Amino acid sequence: MDKIENNKAWFLVLPVFVIVAISAIIPLMTVVNYAFQDIFSPQDRYWVGTEWFESVLADDDLHGALIRQFVFSFVILLIEIPLGIALALAMPARGWRASLALVLMALPLLIPWNVVGTIWQVFARADIGLGGWLVNALGIPYNYTSDPVAAWLTIVVMDVWHWTPLVVLLCYAGLRAIPDAYYQAAAIDGATPWKVFRHIELPKMRGVLLIAVLLRFMDSFMIYTEPFVVTGGGPGNATTFLSIHLTKIAIGQMDLGPAAAISIIYFLIILTLSFVFYNVMTRMGTGERA
Amino acid sequence: MAEITLAGLGHAYRLDPRQPSDFALQPMDFAFADGGAYALLGPSGCGKTTLLNIMSGLLRPSHGRVRFDEHDVTAKSPGERNIAQVFQFPVVYDTMSVFDNLAFPLRNRGVAEPEVRQKVEEVAAMLELGPDLRRPARRLGADAKQKISLGRGLVRADVAAILFDEPLTVIDPHLKWLLRRKLKQVHERYRRTLVYVTHDQNEALTFAEKIVVMHAGRVMQVGTPQELFERPEHRFVGWFIGSPGMNFVPLERDGHGLRIPGTDHVLPDGLVGPGAGRIELGIRPEHLRITAGPSADGVPVAVERVEDLGNYALVTAKLGSATVMAKLSEDAPVMPGQAFLRLPPAWTRLYLDDRLIH
Repeated sequence: MDKIENNKAWFLVLPVFVIVAISAIIPLMTVVNYAFQDIFSPQDRYWVGTEWFESVLADDDLHGALIRQFVFSFVILLIEIPLGIALALAMPARGWRASLALVLMALPLLIPWNVVGTIWQVFARADIGLGGWLVNALGIPYNYTSDPVAAWLTIVVMDVWHWTPLVVLLCYAGLRAIPDAYYQAAAIDGATPWKVFRHIELPKMRGVLLIAVLLRFMDSFMIYTEPFVVTGGGPGNATTFLSIHLTKIAIGQMDLGPAAAISIIYFLIILTLSFVFYNVMTRMGTGERA
Repeated sequence: MAEITLAGLGHAYRLDPRQPSDFALQPMDFAFADGGAYALLGPSGCGKTTLLNIMSGLLRPSHGRVRFDEHDVTAKSPGERNIAQVFQFPVVYDTMSVFDNLAFPLRNRGVAEPEVRQKVEEVAAMLELGPDLRRPARRLGADAKQKISLGRGLVRADVAAILFDEPLTVIDPHLKWLLRRKLKQVHERYRRTLVYVTHDQNEALTFAEKIVVMHAGRVMQVGTPQELFERPEHRFVGWFIGSPGMNFVPLERDGHGLRIPGTDHVLPDGLVGPGAGRIELGIRPEHLRITAGPSADGVPVAVERVEDLGNYALVTAKLGSATVMAKLSEDAPVMPGQAFLRLPPAWTRLYLDDRLIH
């Protein structure tokens, strides 16, 4: 049969082009537009080149927010991933206890983010919040509205409470997918519980852990709603993470040019780090050297 | 190495078994001789894997004891009772090299590293895994992984028995016979007690010295492949072993003896003796002779179908009201229609209520 040559195939991929254009390319290009121009109205705009980038990159407030953001995401991963694995290992494997544990685990994930913020905002208050009052009653001075350390602790504990269950559920699914024969073989080979974890459970969970690390990194790096509700970025700038900083510039001060420049930098950081995480974790343990 | 004795061993998955059907494994007494190669053969759900898991200690039996030589190991964990098991799906430790996989059971037991190295290299050479020793185990094919599983059992000097739970299920057909031959070599060299669970009679017959045929949680017969083929002690064994299985023809008593209904063929009555019960004649398709022309002891049959299966012809024929199958060589042609069947007395068995009596 003769090969038919025409361009009809383009129509078949057109829907994908349209969807990607609307969902990603056009919004992103709008931001790019603002990042390289000073726009007052569609007719009244001036090319500024890299001026916005230079000014925001030299801005101490951005540096501060960026450092806080990295520290926050690092702390979150450091706590939530091992804690999630530990909880998944401790959860019952079957029976009604397993169902109960799963429901309890899933609960925090079902609560809207601003509600989570509100719950903790009230719960941790030193005057009328149960948690905050209790800590003070135990003789430990604690007030997240005035003490930066207390504010950080509150937000970290809130995030751990809110998102560790996601890690737990992913790890739990990974653990349940391991065939019994692996545990039986390990028992016969005389492996200790630690060796079972190290050589069976952890390697078999690699796929879900990759997803968990990526999700938790991206989400924590973009955190906005909860700290906004609890501390509003304070006291001072103590909990002003990147999103809060960006919103202050964009909505608070209406500096759209610098805000667009920060957005692009923000996006590139997440893209780069996710790429690095993905490659490091997929390659981990796949080399010829064992 | 050890003789494995099952004393009154039975297992029920429910807590208070009342009747035989509550048992996955009917209480039994049996002994696996030291250094023997056994196959546990039976259809799915006959209790063979349950029995295997009890022997390895993965399952605690609800009734009876398991002894390795003089030692009662019923309550011991798999790690404590010195047993190795190869599972249906290859189990290797993904993060480790082939060498480390084979060394794992030894290192867990605190064996000194020079000895580990020597044992692993010896077993790897035997299993032809030598060139792959430094590679990550997960990079290997299913057959090589299964050899690693086997190897982890072979490196240990203290293993009482190596148990196999349908180990060739996921192996490509052309590699199956290679692995089976390897298993035979392993057995000849090490003389470990091997117990091999399968539902595939070809695997059982080529691998084992003794075959334990199981059905509905019961041991139906224990014997060499030849004994199972020639003298099945139970109707089930006759039917299960062989392809197609043994022919069974119901017999009726009359004044002269035991008659095949609808024919004049009569067997002497003295073989059975008086009493009630269902009497059947059993004969292998391989032992039936069908000829086109009449002979002195030929019984007339109606040949219904002749299938040429390459190196033999499978003939389906009506003998009175019963249907029988015969495997004939290709050079003894029979056509559908009237023919004559010979039942060589040497290969004709009699069953009373499913049990062999002659």
